[in-house]
Amino acid sequence: MFKFISKILSTEKTVIQLHDLINDDELSETGKKVEQKIKRLFKSSLAIRAVDTGSTNACEQELTALGNSYYDIERFGIRFVASPRHADMLMVTGPVSRNMKDALLKTYEATPDPKIVVAVGDDAIDGGIFKGSYGVLDGVHNVIPVDFNIPGDPPSPKTILSHILQILEMIDSSGKNK
Amino acid sequence: MEGFTKITNNQIAKLVEIPILSYTILRDKIIADFKKRQLRCIGFFGVEESIDTVRLFVLLSEDSKHLIHISSAHLDKNSSYESITKEISSFHMYERDFYEEFGIKIDGHPWLKGVNFRTGRANEESCMENYPFFKMDGESLHEVAVGPIHAGVIEPGHFRFLCNGEQVYHLEIQLGYQHRNIENLFLERNLKFMPHLAESIAGDTVIGHNLACLNLIEALTQTIIPDRAILIRTIALEMERAAIHLADLSALANDIGYLMGSSVFGVTRTIIINTLLLICGNRFGRGLMRPGGCVFDIHKALTEKIRTNLSKVKEDTIRMAETMFKSHTVASRFENTGILTKEEAISIGAVGMTARASSYNVDARHSHPFGFYKKLLLGEKTHKKGDVHSRAYLRYEEIIESIEIVFTLLNELEDKKTGTQIMTKIKDKFQPSSLVVSIVEGWRGEIIHCAITNNEGDLLKYKIKDPSLTNWFALALAVRNNGISDFPLCNKSFNLSYCGNDL
Repeated sequence: MFKFISKILSTEKTVIQLHDLINDDELSETGKKVEQKIKRLFKSSLAIRAVDTGSTNACEQELTALGNSYYDIERFGIRFVASPRHADMLMVTGPVSRNMKDALLKTYEATPDPKIVVAVGDDAIDGGIFKGSYGVLDGVHNVIPVDFNIPGDPPSPKTILSHILQILEMIDSSGKNK
Repeated sequence: MEGFTKITNNQIAKLVEIPILSYTILRDKIIADFKKRQLRCIGFFGVEESIDTVRLFVLLSEDSKHLIHISSAHLDKNSSYESITKEISSFHMYERDFYEEFGIKIDGHPWLKGVNFRTGRANEESCMENYPFFKMDGESLHEVAVGPIHAGVIEPGHFRFLCNGEQVYHLEIQLGYQHRNIENLFLERNLKFMPHLAESIAGDTVIGHNLACLNLIEALTQTIIPDRAILIRTIALEMERAAIHLADLSALANDIGYLMGSSVFGVTRTIIINTLLLICGNRFGRGLMRPGGCVFDIHKALTEKIRTNLSKVKEDTIRMAETMFKSHTVASRFENTGILTKEEAISIGAVGMTARASSYNVDARHSHPFGFYKKLLLGEKTHKKGDVHSRAYLRYEEIIESIEIVFTLLNELEDKKTGTQIMTKIKDKFQPSSLVVSIVEGWRGEIIHCAITNNEGDLLKYKIKDPSLTNWFALALAVRNNGISDFPLCNKSFNLSYCGNDL
């Protein structure tokens, strides 16, 4: 017991405070605004399904990074869900390879209305560097209707978050969703 | 070796100097030579010479002598050829890839299926919908199909498990969903676009692939780049290795419900890639390196910043990893899970950390040193068991090693002898009628880019071999006789690239 307590006392900093780790006011400010919008528009929870249609895996890493302890967007009410049937929003990455077209269409059909489709990354917007290759269909908009674009190759987690805020503001002002 | 011409990494071979043998002789030579010495196949691809003939190039690596042996043969598209895989199983993926591209029948290949279902493949009837999955019959057997779209935020691929209850008998992996026809894009686009394309081959190996492409471009234009640029490139490559290994340790910890590990490794990884952001403005190092050198310099203040950040990363990683690997709950999930034996690793031609975790020492930094690795003395790191624990622990060791390398290189960078130039002018014309091989040890394993130019100096063929091409089969072997619920853990321990395979 004594050993145990002395270990606790001798270990400096057993609890790391969030602000020690991340000194990023911009992130938390954007996050707070996103949280308020999601509270009003989506009853506190925005569910996103990410679909990779031939992306380079860079966008996936940035989307995954949003969920890690550094950015931790779940605290603002954004969740990545496993099934398109649970999703409010589809985030599609990649230029849509020919081999992924059917899978993307099926995912789109499986997502309940009203669905928001966001093309994430330059590849998803118009094919990016792969534009014109006959292995790809040059962007998501050629396969399913796209509502919003998030540019970048790849967009950083912060960029994605601030674009989510803009998208929510646009949905709010148009008043078409919920 | 008779009938072969030998070159080293990034050295040009003139096409006329590469022997053209008859296929039967080439095959016999390869089989005989594999028995005599330690060889590995690192390239097996063709170039269309006329409507009916294909010139097949075979690249063999002799690691101990730092050599690459090249030979070739003319093949007639309408006839068929005896498979080498029958004798040397590590040719398996290469022959499948070759068959898919040209449709030349290979007799006696045990597993002749599609690799990435490329556009313009010889046999358009073989498509993703009619993939010939391996079947087993039995009352207690059942199949589990997963993908192409997975529950997590990852790339698309299809997995089919043949199980007896919880136990996996066989896993078949069908890829090709990510195919973007990238090899042919290299031929269509000019030199300025090549690094951009290379950076888009696999988003988690931006620096590795770009470096392979740049070494190749610089060999073909016979450019010597400044020392400072070589140092910055090597620093970036090692930082990428450390960052991805940390991300994978985080994912492994998450999969076994060890959330503290997951959080801490996740945060430390972010520190490294945000340091890359400071260097070049992109978290993955896009735009850092271009033909002729580097675009961004690491100046004095930045050197200090990198040192501080990486020291913190090192300290946190050691503290967390030592705690994690000592934990019983972690050990019970990691140890003896997903074993890949050394024999299996050799038989599938595994490379990189996958092979090293199974005590098969393949490391291009030793076998085909490039850039600064020629001067750097690296320890050889291998593990015996080949289970998830070996792969996780190897990653931990490599993180620390990479950080140490970066520290050494930063000292070197501050040395006055290094100079201040980071960019040099590059010719815009390639050497005509040449073949060049560029090998870089990325975090996953050796990345091989190979280019052939025609007599006007235009690219005739650009062949990319990501370590994932051969290593995917390691995953299939490792999950055999494991519980199906351990699959995510095995998968993360390898973390192979879907788009690196599909191209």
